[in-house]
Amino acid sequence: MAVTVNPERDVVATPMQRALREALYAGAISLGLFVLFIGLKTGQNISNELVLTTRWGLLVAVVVATAIGRFLYVAYGQPFLANQKIADVATGLLPASAASRFFQLPAFIVAVVLVVLLFALNNSLAGWVGPGAAGYLQFLRALSVIYVLACVIYYFRGFIHANFTKLGIAALILYPILVVAVLSLMSWSIVGGLQGSLKWVDNYGIQILIYVMLAWGLNIVVGLAGLLDLGYVAFYAVGAYAYALLGTQYGLSFWILLPAAGAMAAFWGVLLGFPVLRLRGDYLAIVTLAFGEIIRLVLINWREVTNGSAGISGIPKVTFFGLMTFNVSDPNYIAKVLHIAQSSAYYKIFLYYLILALALLTAFVTIRLRRMPVGRAWEALREDEIACRSLGINTTTTKLTAFATGAMFGGFAGSFFAARQGFVSPESFIFLESAIILAIVVLGGMGSLVGIAVAAMVMIGGTEVLRELDFLKQVFGPDFTPELYRMLLFGMAMVIVMLWKPRGFVGTREPTAFLKERKAVSSSFTKEGHG
Amino acid sequence: MNASVPMNDAILQVEHLSMKFGGLVAIGDLSFTAKRGEITALIGPNGAGKTTVFNCITGFYKPSEGMITLNRSNGSRFLLERLPNHEIPARAKVARTFQNIRLFSGMTLLENLLVAQHNKLMKASGYTILGLFGFSGYRKASAESVELAKHWLEKADLVDRADDPAGDLPYGAQRRLEIARAMCTGPELLCLDEPAAGLNPKESAALNTLLIDIKETSGASILLIEHDMSVVMQISDHVVVLEYGRKISDGSPQSVRTDPRVIAAYLGVDDEEVETVLTEVGDEDVIEQLDIGPDSAHGPGASSSFMAGPVSDTVGHSTGERITVAKGASKAEQVDAKSSTAPRKPSERATAKPKTPTAKPRGGSK
Ligand SMILES: Nc1ncnc2c1ncn2[C@@H]1O[C@H](COP(=O)(O)OP(=O)(O)O)[C@@H](O)[C@H]1O
Ligand SMILES: [Mg+2]
Repeated sequence: MAVTVNPERDVVATPMQRALREALYAGAISLGLFVLFIGLKTGQNISNELVLTTRWGLLVAVVVATAIGRFLYVAYGQPFLANQKIADVATGLLPASAASRFFQLPAFIVAVVLVVLLFALNNSLAGWVGPGAAGYLQFLRALSVIYVLACVIYYFRGFIHANFTKLGIAALILYPILVVAVLSLMSWSIVGGLQGSLKWVDNYGIQILIYVMLAWGLNIVVGLAGLLDLGYVAFYAVGAYAYALLGTQYGLSFWILLPAAGAMAAFWGVLLGFPVLRLRGDYLAIVTLAFGEIIRLVLINWREVTNGSAGISGIPKVTFFGLMTFNVSDPNYIAKVLHIAQSSAYYKIFLYYLILALALLTAFVTIRLRRMPVGRAWEALREDEIACRSLGINTTTTKLTAFATGAMFGGFAGSFFAARQGFVSPESFIFLESAIILAIVVLGGMGSLVGIAVAAMVMIGGTEVLRELDFLKQVFGPDFTPELYRMLLFGMAMVIVMLWKPRGFVGTREPTAFLKERKAVSSSFTKEGHG
Repeated sequence: MNASVPMNDAILQVEHLSMKFGGLVAIGDLSFTAKRGEITALIGPNGAGKTTVFNCITGFYKPSEGMITLNRSNGSRFLLERLPNHEIPARAKVARTFQNIRLFSGMTLLENLLVAQHNKLMKASGYTILGLFGFSGYRKASAESVELAKHWLEKADLVDRADDPAGDLPYGAQRRLEIARAMCTGPELLCLDEPAAGLNPKESAALNTLLIDIKETSGASILLIEHDMSVVMQISDHVVVLEYGRKISDGSPQSVRTDPRVIAAYLGVDDEEVETVLTEVGDEDVIEQLDIGPDSAHGPGASSSFMAGPVSDTVGHSTGERITVAKGASKAEQVDAKSSTAPRKPSERATAKPKTPTAKPRGGSK
């Protein structure tokens, strides 16, 4: 081994030698890093004394895994990636890409068969192989589904890329219908299908769309105008409490309070904006962060009005435009009016379409505004504020409109959130929410609606998926809760995406006007703004 | 109001303008007039305060003292030192460019020119509300604004690249685009801060044509800061020479170029002629000084992050750019000193200026 460690030999070391050496280094570094984190664990015993438990086995496993991972990457991964770039001398063609090798027809067929089989045998599986193995099989099934979908997307990638927006909207509109249909088929009953769809429509669909809408709203402030706002959740809170308070106290309908909540949030945006927007960069970020915390503290401490940290419950549900309601006891309950079976899924599906419509409204307004003078001024402000002033643009009002517009959409989302939960408390509006929304905007590529939607889907959907990984309990013991690792994974995903695509998923910028042809502007020219 | 010049003759009157930064007097008691329809050049060595004059005229700095009057062709008159920054281009119709180019580099050329027509389009779109619903008035106005942008792109010879990002243009084209963008605001006074800096001779010639064209066809008067003497001598009608924030000469290009104070301070006429003056003055450093061309380092500032500094840091100077001041202090004063043959004391300005390199002490040269 002494030979490979010698730096003089660096030039002539084969990939194998290099890999061995780097694996050793990686192992040593991870040993140094984790010896205290993983190797030792402090706890309390029965008599409240601090006890130190050692976990050398786990430490060794982590260190060895790190070393092996580094070895495989340097010995096989790097040469493979390098070879992908070398064209064949005879034909001049690049080698088959990793993706086209990964997505092949035989594998696709196997996956489809697996999916069909496992779905068909779903109910009898646990009986045959025991609950433990059934968990793994369900995971295998999920993987196969993902593989099949990925194959389809891969083969139609040209078409999908060309029509991404239309396909995306169509998929979003069909999503609840598809979920109910598939689940009804699986359980052979509509009611069962409706009941089973709750999780998919609510936890995945609505949850993701709320974040999509919030991120699109924040995108106006951060992505277009380049103002770093760390307290966006404050406007979300204003919207939520506006609906919660006015709805419970005065019994006003959601359809009146939705615009009112938006207007109120916009008003608070202007109110905050006036003193704050002359600040720039770090200062603006800190003051907006403080504003978010102030709103939360007011909500906690102004007990007479907000009921403190206990929150407000019994927030009225949204009605079907006043025609039908979703309360079983009401005479015009939707199932009674339409003579269909009772189910709580109708409300969730209705909410899904409601938030979808609100999110699409946000996108539509953003797209429209970008092509208007005010939207162009926002982007110009992000590029160069001084040049803006030299062209006679009132930068203060321009920033204020960006702030107010962003806040308004936050307010809409907030009142929707209150209606969906039926309960609001200050706990829902912590700084972490602002950070997550901002992270989605940055990951998606500032200014790009599609990128942000994808980022929200990956980030929020990804963390929801963690709840599904119950079979991991079999590996790590019954105490293991994958949800607890969501922030860790969130952070890791962010680091990876930022290394891979520093400007987010979609780094290019669509010009708002063109003379001859519309060319996307490369991210190397756009700026992030000074705050 | 000082009415020594008839109102519609002078577009800009600067009277007793002073600008102090702490102890540093960047401009001291400067008065000059720019006539309507003319190209007025403001010249002077680096650090003379030319950019500061521009920043005062366009409202980026509030002058410590003095009055800046702008007379529009419709008879209205504005005191620029009292107007807020953004109203100077909007109401007084003064447009400017920057020494370190400030384009919206991530936006296309066309978008750059549309942003310049912001106020007009804002009104046409009913402050966004009517435009959001696609009112025909706005659509007409926006088509017109594209036409105007196209007109200026053609003049600046950039129409082929209309849909490319501005940051992708070569340097000379960026300069022309910045001028075109300023013209899209429909200005009556166009202030250009070193438009020829860093241009090659061909680009410089293209710029001259553009400026002459603007002067003759658009009716805008031009105030020009320039280091390139070929540009100044060819196209300007009137020259004001600054040195250390004070006016040392004012007149036609011909009269300025023969003014010994100017020659000593700054101008390269003929090498021999300069040398005669210099030997009279007795400062060899001036010869070195004259070899220094305009600095080409005035590129657009590097992309900055959220953590970038405050605005005032970036007005007029790109980050990292330091103004280098002439080695000796005022050459014009040296001429005066020579003629009066009195030993000169270092002026209080020179000591107040921390950036003055004092590598070689002047040592009372005569
Ligand atoms: N914002 C400022 N703060 C302090 N000093 C400044 C500022 N702006 C300009 N100056 C100083 O004023 C003097 C004149 O600068 P400037 O107008 O940029 O010169 P020029 O454009 O003629 O080269 C310089 O000494 C410069 O350092
Ligand atoms: Mg200057």
